[in-house]
Amino acid sequence: MYLAAVFLPLLGGLIAGSLSFIPDGGEKERKHKLDRAAQLITCGGMLLAAVAALVTFISVVLGGETGALEIFTWIDSGSMELSWELRADTLSLVMVLMVTVVSSMIHIYSVGYMSHDHSIPRFQSYLSLFTFFMLMLVTSNNLVQMFFGWEGVGLMSYLLIGFWFERPSACAAAIKAFVVNRVGDFGFALGIFATFLMFDTINFDVIFGLAEAQADQTINVFSGEFHALTVICLLLFVGAMGKSAQLGLHTWLPDAMEGPTPVSALIHAATMVTAGVFMVARLSPLFEHSDVALTVVTIVGASTAIFAATIGCVQNDIKRVIAYSTCSQLGYMFFALGVSAYSAGIFHLVTHAFFKALLFLGAGSVIHAMSDEQDMRKMGGLYKLIPVTYVMMWIGSLALAGVWPFAGFFSKDIVLEAAWGAHSAVGQYAFWLGIAAAFLTAFYSWRLLIMTFHGKPRADEVTMAHVHESPKVMLLPLMVLSVGAIFAGLGLYNWFVGAGTVDFWGNAIFVLEGHDALENAHHVPLWVKYLPLVVGLAGIAMAYVFYMFAPGIPAAIASTFKGVHRFLLNKWYFDELYDFLFVKPAFRLGHGLWKGGDGQVIDGVGPDGIAAATRNLARRAAALQSGFLYHYAFAMLLGVAILVTWFLVTGG
Amino acid sequence: MSGFPWLSVITFAPLVGVVFILLIRGEPDVVARNARGVALWTSLITFVVSLGLWANFDPLATGFQFEEKLVWVPALGIAYHMGIDGISLFFIILSTLLTVLCVGASWESVQSRVKEYMIAFLVMETLMVGMFSALDLILFYVFFEGVLIPMFVIIGVWGGPRRNYAAFKFFLYTLAGSVLMLLAMLTMIFESGTSDIVTLLNYDFPASMQTWLWLAFFASFAVKVPMWPVHTWLPDAHVEAPTAGSVILAGVLLKFGGYGFLRFSLPMFPLASADFTPLIYGLSVIAIIYTSLVALAQEDMKKLIAYSSVAHMGYVTLGTFTATTQGVEGAVIQMLSHGVVSAALFLVVGVVYDRRHSREIAVYGGLVNRMPAYALVFMVFMLASVGLPGTSGFVGEFLILVGAFKANSWVAAFATTGVILGAAYMLYLYRRVIFGKLTKDDLKNMMDLSPREIAVFAPLILLTIFMGVYPVPFLDAMHVSVENVIERYETAVAAAQHLSLAAK
Repeated sequence: MYLAAVFLPLLGGLIAGSLSFIPDGGEKERKHKLDRAAQLITCGGMLLAAVAALVTFISVVLGGETGALEIFTWIDSGSMELSWELRADTLSLVMVLMVTVVSSMIHIYSVGYMSHDHSIPRFQSYLSLFTFFMLMLVTSNNLVQMFFGWEGVGLMSYLLIGFWFERPSACAAAIKAFVVNRVGDFGFALGIFATFLMFDTINFDVIFGLAEAQADQTINVFSGEFHALTVICLLLFVGAMGKSAQLGLHTWLPDAMEGPTPVSALIHAATMVTAGVFMVARLSPLFEHSDVALTVVTIVGASTAIFAATIGCVQNDIKRVIAYSTCSQLGYMFFALGVSAYSAGIFHLVTHAFFKALLFLGAGSVIHAMSDEQDMRKMGGLYKLIPVTYVMMWIGSLALAGVWPFAGFFSKDIVLEAAWGAHSAVGQYAFWLGIAAAFLTAFYSWRLLIMTFHGKPRADEVTMAHVHESPKVMLLPLMVLSVGAIFAGLGLYNWFVGAGTVDFWGNAIFVLEGHDALENAHHVPLWVKYLPLVVGLAGIAMAYVFYMFAPGIPAAIASTFKGVHRFLLNKWYFDELYDFLFVKPAFRLGHGLWKGGDGQVIDGVGPDGIAAATRNLARRAAALQSGFLYHYAFAMLLGVAILVTWFLVTGG
Repeated sequence: MSGFPWLSVITFAPLVGVVFILLIRGEPDVVARNARGVALWTSLITFVVSLGLWANFDPLATGFQFEEKLVWVPALGIAYHMGIDGISLFFIILSTLLTVLCVGASWESVQSRVKEYMIAFLVMETLMVGMFSALDLILFYVFFEGVLIPMFVIIGVWGGPRRNYAAFKFFLYTLAGSVLMLLAMLTMIFESGTSDIVTLLNYDFPASMQTWLWLAFFASFAVKVPMWPVHTWLPDAHVEAPTAGSVILAGVLLKFGGYGFLRFSLPMFPLASADFTPLIYGLSVIAIIYTSLVALAQEDMKKLIAYSSVAHMGYVTLGTFTATTQGVEGAVIQMLSHGVVSAALFLVVGVVYDRRHSREIAVYGGLVNRMPAYALVFMVFMLASVGLPGTSGFVGEFLILVGAFKANSWVAAFATTGVILGAAYMLYLYRRVIFGKLTKDDLKNMMDLSPREIAVFAPLILLTIFMGVYPVPFLDAMHVSVENVIERYETAVAAAQHLSLAAK
């Protein structure tokens, strides 16, 4: 069953992929059949995988049959032994179930969304292959298989962002995503090496077993003696920052919105970007022993949460707003992990997957209706025309803003309460930034709703005349996800973070004695409990004032604080900074080393230089043989004179 | 030891094909057709026989296998001594496989002097296989140097416009290094009284002599690998060589250096190797970063891949001299992987060169619109080149870096940056050639891969993925041999340390 859940998407993806190579001979009928076949195979495969995942979930999580399923050996070199394995514990299964369910919905949604595209089999195949890699990531039982899934999802993300390869911007965004992720993977890889140096293995069971005993060990790397687990955790966390688009390595995520909207929903909201969060949770037995690493995770998470939220408030592209919101929500998950409330982080991960996928797919539905327009300044007045989408977007936004009883209310609250409950300085830092971000979240969510659906239509008449509600095949997945966005919080609360949490998680998550932020979270002062909700409502209210009742205010503010506004609009100038610091110098340096280093220095002094010198010498030697007798006679005379002098001087 | 002379048969079978080709008479196009046919069959049979080596190879045996020995020059102890271990086994199979694919890839693109062309490749196959199975210094030297001749001819006769410059640069560069190696070999023979590699592997040369011997061998191997800064012959040679020439050059000839380090430098001169390890680390790391940056700036596809080769071979030298199990096994896997992947990438360039007759990146763009199968093939090898897990490129790089991190974490960290740069230059190349709109008129009639081309790529793709997902058969066969090398190195170094401690 477990194998089926993981490998059915691979199978479906490969079959659909090969379908894309069958020539259709230019016949519409034939092409249509091929497209349909690819859609059926991939959607069918995913749905079956989701069912298999559910069955496995029941037996593993509820039946307690944890363990690992070994497939075959992968690498065996000295003490570096590792296998392709599927790990079966609560954390893995929660992720598997979430991924397969959300992915199935997005597969089905894509059937409608991509119906006018001419590469349907390729698209469906990419989606399924992506799902496979994601499943390999979350089921890995060692660091290297995780890295396999990690890079695999990165590859599929690259291919899907660049799906419309005729657009230069899409190609650029795809490369950026891959390369920035590689920067993170650089840290991940070094983390793996350091782990191996420390434990002589990279298999989770062994590492986790040894971590406790070696908690105080130091390691000699980078010309110094450092606390081993801190080094390992920080290096691995760099990888997590890349994949989960945390402050500093976030620049690829907004650009990734160049990909088709279902991709943004699946990869850049619900699944792949949460891989970093998953990784930290999976490695909780290591992170728990390093206070420094946990502090870093908290600070990075909290800073990203507020940073991305500020940018989200001024963006005009509907997808970019949601992208920055994703970035910000990932920050919440991270600071939950950082205060040792791993289960709260994963809880928010799961609810977020539902409501953020819902928001993206809803945005996709809007874009579909607006003939591919993404700029909110050119929308407005849509709510009567696409009522179902409108309702769905409301549900998603309510969940995101954390309004009772929607899913986000429960998960965001427990995250913030845990930050408070950590009773530490970084906990306070995270709590207050989280509260501020919650205010901004609600604000930009309603800004989005109002700009898109209310007010006078700002699009041209042709577009407006064409606006239509999406087909059922797109609305159905929306409805399924909306069920999750409404009930996932209430329904899962008890298992994930409530009274049943210990039984539910079993050994999947390790929390050190004394790290009781989650426990404390249930005993916070009343005002801490209600503050997130209050600021959320305040944010909503402010959005109404700004964009519905007094639309002049935003412009007035923007012109008063011109500098700040431009700073936010330009995303804190990260792209420009990196371009200046890394991208341009790399190309310049490459060119310089090529022409200067290889061309002038090495070749100039080496082979070409020697060749030139030889030629030169030969030419001079040749010049000596002029053929004139008196030249030779003169040379002989000169020689005799020198010899005689020599003998006279040396007295020989 | 089996009675059947496997290695001699595999080594000299191609020469039988050469004789047949020489016997062909008739109209020029008949001669060309028959020469192709004979070359294909000869190389195919040789390849199949070489697979027999693997099938009969005993991965647990400690010594050399399939040994053959005939006395050659008794006075100097020189013999025709052949044999392989778990390290050389795969290089032989790689050589025979790539020769088949080279003949296949040149089927249509080479139209002038087909007979001579095929002869050159078959002769080269003999020399390559001989090089990897020679167990005698002089025999090794003959094969090692002999390879230069057919390669020189291939570049010089069937090469591009600047072929003369490239051919001479290639020849002189490599010869200059080898002369020193020959001197060193003679010294070794006079010192130890034998040229038998198996005996020499257990001979302890005096420490001071090791230094000079090591440097002399280094001069030769460093050029072959090539290591920075003696790498500049490679881009020129690749650019001017015909496609199949590049395939052999990148696929097999570069491995001579890495193989040499592993067969000679590390086990025979362990003390000198230990002393010079920092030098190798430094040059390897420079090679990885420097050439990756240079690759980023290239405008010629073949040059870009040539520079990426230098970077990838930098990992090999790095891994070899970590003298750890992971590092050395990774180096061997990386060499095999690079043999497959870079060979395939040159074939990939060859495909569009055959159609459009340009290697300039700017000439192309949007090829995926007309050539989806080509785009997929290119994608697979591009990913293997950037070391994506699940491809052969990952296994080698990963093991090497694991080994390197053990030895020196700074070196490993710098070398790992190559992973970022590698992704940048390969993806940038791929984007410029494959993606985008198809706007250039002369590309609008490009045909996708023909069945012949697919047949050439298919085994390489399978191999790349197989080695990436299940490298165990390869690793299993080399464990014992690698362990021998490392053990020899470690005991020698430990003994020397013990001695110097005792002296104090």
